[in-house]
Amino acid sequence: MAGQLPALAVVVPLLVALLIPLVSRFNRRAAWWMVVGALGFAVYGAVAMLLDLCGSPIGTTIEYAMGRWAAPTGIEYVVDRLNGIVLTMIAAVGLITALWMRKSIRSEISEKARPGYYATFLLCATGYMGMAITGDVFNLYVFLEIASITSYVLIGMGRTRQALYAGYSYLIVGSIGATFILLGIGHLYMEIGTLEMADIAQRFAANPELYDSSVVRTSFAFFTVGLAIKMALFPLHGWQPSAYSRAPSAASLFIAATATKVSAYVFYRISFSVFGADFLISALPHIRDGILILAVAAIFVGPLLAIRQRCLKRLLAYSSVGQIGYIMLGVVLLNEDGLTGGVIHFWNHAAAKGALFCVAGVLVYRTGVSRVDALAGMGRTAPWTSAVMTVAGLSMIGVPMTAGFLSKWYLGAGALDAGRISIVPVLMASSLFTAMYVWRLVQLVWFAPKDTEPLVKEEAPWSMRIPALVLAAACLYFGLTSTSVDIARDAALSLGLGAP
Amino acid sequence: MPSLFEHLWSHWPYVIYILLMVIGLFAVLAKGNLVKKIIGLNLLQTAVFLFYISIGKVDGGTVPVYWDERPDAVYENPLPHVLMLTAIVVGVSITAVALAFVVRIKEAYKTVDEGEILALDEADRGAPEAELPRADAPEPEGGV
Amino acid sequence: MTPSLIVSYVGRRAIPFIQLYALYVLGHGEDGPGGGFQGGVIFASSFVLLVLIAGWARARKDAPESIVDPLTATGCLLYAGIGFICILLGGAYLEYEAFAGANATAAAKQHAHHFALIGIELGVMITVTASMVTLYFEMSRPPEERNAPEDGSGDSDGEGADA
Repeated sequence: MAGQLPALAVVVPLLVALLIPLVSRFNRRAAWWMVVGALGFAVYGAVAMLLDLCGSPIGTTIEYAMGRWAAPTGIEYVVDRLNGIVLTMIAAVGLITALWMRKSIRSEISEKARPGYYATFLLCATGYMGMAITGDVFNLYVFLEIASITSYVLIGMGRTRQALYAGYSYLIVGSIGATFILLGIGHLYMEIGTLEMADIAQRFAANPELYDSSVVRTSFAFFTVGLAIKMALFPLHGWQPSAYSRAPSAASLFIAATATKVSAYVFYRISFSVFGADFLISALPHIRDGILILAVAAIFVGPLLAIRQRCLKRLLAYSSVGQIGYIMLGVVLLNEDGLTGGVIHFWNHAAAKGALFCVAGVLVYRTGVSRVDALAGMGRTAPWTSAVMTVAGLSMIGVPMTAGFLSKWYLGAGALDAGRISIVPVLMASSLFTAMYVWRLVQLVWFAPKDTEPLVKEEAPWSMRIPALVLAAACLYFGLTSTSVDIARDAALSLGLGAP
Repeated sequence: MPSLFEHLWSHWPYVIYILLMVIGLFAVLAKGNLVKKIIGLNLLQTAVFLFYISIGKVDGGTVPVYWDERPDAVYENPLPHVLMLTAIVVGVSITAVALAFVVRIKEAYKTVDEGEILALDEADRGAPEAELPRADAPEPEGGV
Repeated sequence: MTPSLIVSYVGRRAIPFIQLYALYVLGHGEDGPGGGFQGGVIFASSFVLLVLIAGWARARKDAPESIVDPLTATGCLLYAGIGFICILLGGAYLEYEAFAGANATAAAKQHAHHFALIGIELGVMITVTASMVTLYFEMSRPPEERNAPEDGSGDSDGEGADA
């Protein structure tokens, strides 16, 4: 059983997602329970594998050959610490979203479309799990498309007609990105002649002169641009705000907390486990600088654009643009501290952004609008939800004792280590801008004038409150303990960083 | 050292692939009609298929089905073909979803022109969200 | 618009042969060119022919949404389910030899492999047929059928995993 976990973690959600349309014909209530059960199993699988890896020496991997076809011939699933972290993030956020979404879906999706929504949601989670776990670059593309197509549909299921257009725009832009990734895979295959990640890495290690091949460089360029579109790296983030703000609350919660980060993880995987760290360090130092500039620009511009948004979901989408910048900064700093900061940010950002989107979902559920000013006076009527928002907001800023502080601390240390002192003021300025928009929310919620009539009349129902509280507690837990840092540091070390 | 023209001539599948890709990208970016954008996307994907098929070409190779009578036969590389089979299925799925979106957009906006849709969205800006035009007919609460 | 008598007569007689040929292509696929994708598309083409000769509404009666839509998921389920049963039988995911049992002869394993592969191909065929039929019906829906309740049935096909 334990040996089958890598396959089961993906296969069980897939099977259940396919069963939902059939079972829903006989029992419409079963769909939600099936989603929760399948994602519960995925969480168990991901956590069990991560714990197993944490008990073994750095560099250990769990490998699983599909159909017992050995690696270069068949498709292999490989779990190491890095994708253990990402798998845990996807499964946990998926489960929390599933627990949270029942009431929200009931108010936003018509009854007839609900089983389809649940099936698509689970298929989307399966796609992201598959992207994280696979050890084969073409299989990665297939899972990427499964996750993308289902995301387009989820976004298009929003209530307003703008959701349709947002879904369509995301489809067009996302497909261009995916096609570029496919071209990247093609160029890589053309030069290397294999699709297995470990095999490609071995051939690069054996023939360093391959780094000078223009085909290999073209491949990396396609990967970079394609993934940058998929992860909404500034300035390719145009699709993100309307996609997040028009989607149903439950979909934007899941997609915002996981989707772009999985693409960022793929960039980690491609850079370190396929091309090898030396490629960015020695062969393409200018590209590395270019990505660094984009990441820093994202960190700077994202929160700046967020300040002036009037729609809460749109504000959070722009803040995501900045947060992806942090994760990408971790890759291109190419040292232990920077990578650690980037890797723990997977968890930290998922917890904080997830909690904030829970709050946005509660706002839509209780008032039907997602305007920021509708938050006014919510602290009096919905203290729990307001507290969740405050904690998650503090974590976004990076206040000490919250999770966000650790990410920024390690990224700052990494920047100093790499001799790029100029990044540190940018990190601080970004925190300042983040503080400006978070403070705007906090002020509206807690310090609204006494005579304002709060639009949010009631506290969130328990089914929505508890998942949000769990995410907020995660922000504090990751900030107060060093568990996540230890795992992330080991993950960073296992990426096989050469001499800096 | 062959001239640039000779170089391009000897790599003509790549030249066509790049041309198709650029035409497709141009259509996606520059056309205002949502259906034409989808056609552009299909061109882009077709360009990728052509690229993959051409890297699987082996000089003098034959169809990659085992040939009993000629054990020394040279075969084309079948792997890119198989990969493209998958990519074609993915492309069909994307086209299907995109066309479904366009049908729904046409129903909700009464137009498939990007400029007109953006103008309509601009007109809705500032309207309370509850009063925005719905993507589907609102249905009573309850169920599930 | 009624098609000519000849078209309609020949078309009607051709449909069963097209479907039989689709099954032949399916059965052939496990050790030669052919298989679920091709068979599925050929099978779906018989429905396209049916729409052309009998009209949209009449053809939709033979392939109603209530049957075709669930089949889209059923085919995938058959594929993934066979893989899952392999795990239950103690093999790896999609390790067809597991059907023969732990200490079977090489010939028995070969046998199990063939039969499981045909099952997999059948799953692919069902999904491809159902998706193609759904797509064709949705895209060719005549204006007078438009007022039928729209449920975006073409929306949730993410079956790219199967190849």
